[in-house]
Amino acid sequence: MRWKLTGDNVFKTLATILAASAAFILLVTAITLFNGSLPVFQRFGFGFFTGTQWQGNVIGSEVFGVLPYLLGTLITSGIALLIGVPISLGIAIFLVEMAPKTLRVPISFLVELLAAVPSVIYGLWGLFVLRFWVLDLIEKPVSAYLGWIPIFSGTPFGLDVFTAGIILAIMIIPTVSSVTREVIQAVPNSIREGAYSIGATKWEVIRHWVLSYGRSGIFGAVILGLGRAVGETMAVTMVIGNAIGPNAVPTSLFKPGQTMASLIANGYLEASPASLELPAFIAVGFTLLLLGLLINVVAHIMVTRVLKIKGGAVE
Amino acid sequence: MENTYKIVIAIVLIAIIVGGVAGYILLSPPAGTEQVSLSGSGATFPVPLLDKMITEYSTVKSNVLVSYEGIGSGGGISALQAKTVDFAGSDAPLKEAEREIAPNALHIPKTIGAVTVAYNIPNIATGLHLTGQIIADIFQGKITNWNDAAIQDINQDIMLPDHEIVVAHRSDGSGTTFIFTGYLSKVSSDWANTAGLGQGKTVEWPVGLGGNGNSGVAGIIQGTEYSIGYVELAYALENDMSVAAIKNPAGNYVLPSLETTTEAVAGKASQGLPAGDASWSTVDVLNAPGEQAYPIVSFTYLLVYKELNVIPGMTQAKATALVQFLWWVVHDGQQLSPALEYAPLPDNVVQINEASIQSITFDGQQLPTS
Amino acid sequence: MDNYAYRKFKNRLFFILSLACVIIAIIPLLSILFEVIIRGASQINLQFLVSVNGIGPAIQGTLILIGLTSLIGIPLGIMSGIYLSEYGNNRYASWMRTFNDLLTEFPSIVVGITVSVVVVVGLIGSFSAIAGAIALSIMLIPIVARTTEESLKLVPNSVREASMALGVYRWKTILRVVLPAGKSGLITGALLAVARIAGETAPLIMTVLGSRYFFQGLFEPMASLPITIWRSALQPSAAVQAQGWGAALVLILIVLSLNIGVRLVSRGRMRK
Repeated sequence: MRWKLTGDNVFKTLATILAASAAFILLVTAITLFNGSLPVFQRFGFGFFTGTQWQGNVIGSEVFGVLPYLLGTLITSGIALLIGVPISLGIAIFLVEMAPKTLRVPISFLVELLAAVPSVIYGLWGLFVLRFWVLDLIEKPVSAYLGWIPIFSGTPFGLDVFTAGIILAIMIIPTVSSVTREVIQAVPNSIREGAYSIGATKWEVIRHWVLSYGRSGIFGAVILGLGRAVGETMAVTMVIGNAIGPNAVPTSLFKPGQTMASLIANGYLEASPASLELPAFIAVGFTLLLLGLLINVVAHIMVTRVLKIKGGAVE
Repeated sequence: MENTYKIVIAIVLIAIIVGGVAGYILLSPPAGTEQVSLSGSGATFPVPLLDKMITEYSTVKSNVLVSYEGIGSGGGISALQAKTVDFAGSDAPLKEAEREIAPNALHIPKTIGAVTVAYNIPNIATGLHLTGQIIADIFQGKITNWNDAAIQDINQDIMLPDHEIVVAHRSDGSGTTFIFTGYLSKVSSDWANTAGLGQGKTVEWPVGLGGNGNSGVAGIIQGTEYSIGYVELAYALENDMSVAAIKNPAGNYVLPSLETTTEAVAGKASQGLPAGDASWSTVDVLNAPGEQAYPIVSFTYLLVYKELNVIPGMTQAKATALVQFLWWVVHDGQQLSPALEYAPLPDNVVQINEASIQSITFDGQQLPTS
Repeated sequence: MDNYAYRKFKNRLFFILSLACVIIAIIPLLSILFEVIIRGASQINLQFLVSVNGIGPAIQGTLILIGLTSLIGIPLGIMSGIYLSEYGNNRYASWMRTFNDLLTEFPSIVVGITVSVVVVVGLIGSFSAIAGAIALSIMLIPIVARTTEESLKLVPNSVREASMALGVYRWKTILRVVLPAGKSGLITGALLAVARIAGETAPLIMTVLGSRYFFQGLFEPMASLPITIWRSALQPSAAVQAQGWGAALVLILIVLSLNIGVRLVSRGRMRK
């Protein structure tokens, strides 16, 4: 069937092409990053992903490795999820199931405002305020009593992996809680009514019926939060302590660390064009890209295969 | 409600247009003169002084708009090599490999700074003495407590506390780090020979917290008791920080100040400096000779191409403006230095700079310096 | 304790815990607002806001970036969203949707690197305002595409069918009937997305560079509030740092008023 020059066809073609904008941008990004990091992969091969050193000063014998920062990204995001998801769930549950109608709008409004704060301001606040709260209220006591446990070892100073995880947790709360809220709201009332009619308490209804019904949606919300945490740069840079090299491997929550994003933000503009360091930073960016893709692919698989099957008749 | 949307959007658009128009009007040069803009980027260390110089220069030549963004020495060199700026600033001279990718770049020492070793020990505001070896050992994690015998030995009149030392260093790649680690490499063979350490804009710090920028490090020191770190002199003085007196080659413990910095440079300059278009990669003002010379001192450079034709978009007017700006910076501009705690350039350095600036050409022609 | 009392206790306990979650989330917000106001308010006066010695150029720069980014990103995003909603029941669309979602979560710093390499060095040869706008557009497009798709999906099919039954071409149906019907969601989504990218810093550092002067041209470096905030925080003098907090206050006011304004208006519509 030949394509005729009608208004409908033109419009549809235009829209079809433009819908690929995101794909196009991703492609350009992937190519640019891969191209830029080629020198590094040619030199170190797979060792770049397992190496921990970062030595760029003697031109000709540089050594670079992304492992500490990969671990840093994973651990700070992990902490963000561990802390942020339960809080977001609590907020969503509160707003949908428990709050009096008049409070709903103001509270959800305030939580959404959290998303409006630019990340550089989060970073400033983290550096001047949150850091001391975390240090005095959590790190010092924990270190005093539990400091013998490896993940709490080291004298805490507030600028470390833990504080970065906390600030990330705060930053993902608006996203995760609003999506979770929608998911919970979408649970049909018949489910709730059925549960109440057999004598369940409110909490039991939520825990055993509502949350399991919305399981895959909540999982989606968590993945969104994870994606946001992995990619966040400015706020993390200002509170993570900025270690580099083998010392950056996160062996303790209270030691300074570094994520892939913060490493790039700190060093990219400083890297000398004559050394292999600039391609190394681009290679770190490429690794970050791969991580993002991996998370999304795994999430996709989990939602379509695992969760849908367990949902069973309810879906 | 319909109208509210329209009003909001209208206001935003009007704001943008008004902002743009207002900006143009405010910027318009007096009638008859041609406006020239020069852009530079690079080291953050000289930013306070450069900012002041640029503001002052706009009163001298109101049609020349100079802008300089402190993004870091490496960024400046990158921009220079990519020719996306007219001049660059760097605390570190170009390495040989960098000279190859940015050929015929002139080094123009613009001012001099000192790197201080600042600390925060409760009840000990002044009087701490340190040697280079001790500093290197602290930053390498070999000396971990303030009352270590090595430190206490040279500080007989101070009661040092029994407490872990918190080290603060730069997290961003920096010329200040380059200068400091250069000093550590000179005074400690251990530091110089350990892989991952040595001299560089970024090193694999074995211990410590990383702060962003001089101000980040200053912030860590001030916010954390029992800490020690390195910051440029201007920052230390601005923030009223306690700084250590460091032993210099003459055997004296010297505090960083304008005088001790200037003495170091004078001592070094008397030993001879290269011409502007030669390699400066071996130049440093560390452990300079002089009774009261402070040991951790450095030039900070403006880098500019000898033949300005290589920069796309360069015009005769811009080239002339650039040369005149540089000439002013190394002459009249130097008067602004002391007030901001930067040491003015000594005469013999100014002479080298004059030769360099006069060698700058555009279209093969020399350019007038005033 | 008998079983029922225990269950009641758990019920109450979790009510309190949920409430605690809400409070925990709101404390940072209040603290941030408090700190920014306390530290920045002293800076605000007309001179500071408008002149070259204050943050006049930064405010102008941020407004220009918002304007340019909206010009580039909103049409592209809306068209993307239209496709996904109106024509999007096939494999291609579901792939595009996936890519779109991927892009929304993209680390802003990676966007900065890409635009820096492709546009700043490759295409233009200097740090420039337009490069910054391109970087921000890259972040804007997927967000707008998604909110557009969601808003348009809410428009009942009966509206589309009625219009086409009257003989209106599909593309005209979309533009004249469906879009206006979904207008409030579209505008809300677009404005919120703009508010979100107005505060981005990382992509700007490598593309726009920053400047102390007012707008000099699309292909020249330009000032902006996030960069001013970031750089001022790294400067030594307390006076300059205070300027940074003042800039932070202005930025938060801009972003929050966009957010609050949009939500207030859309809430009003929903009550109709």
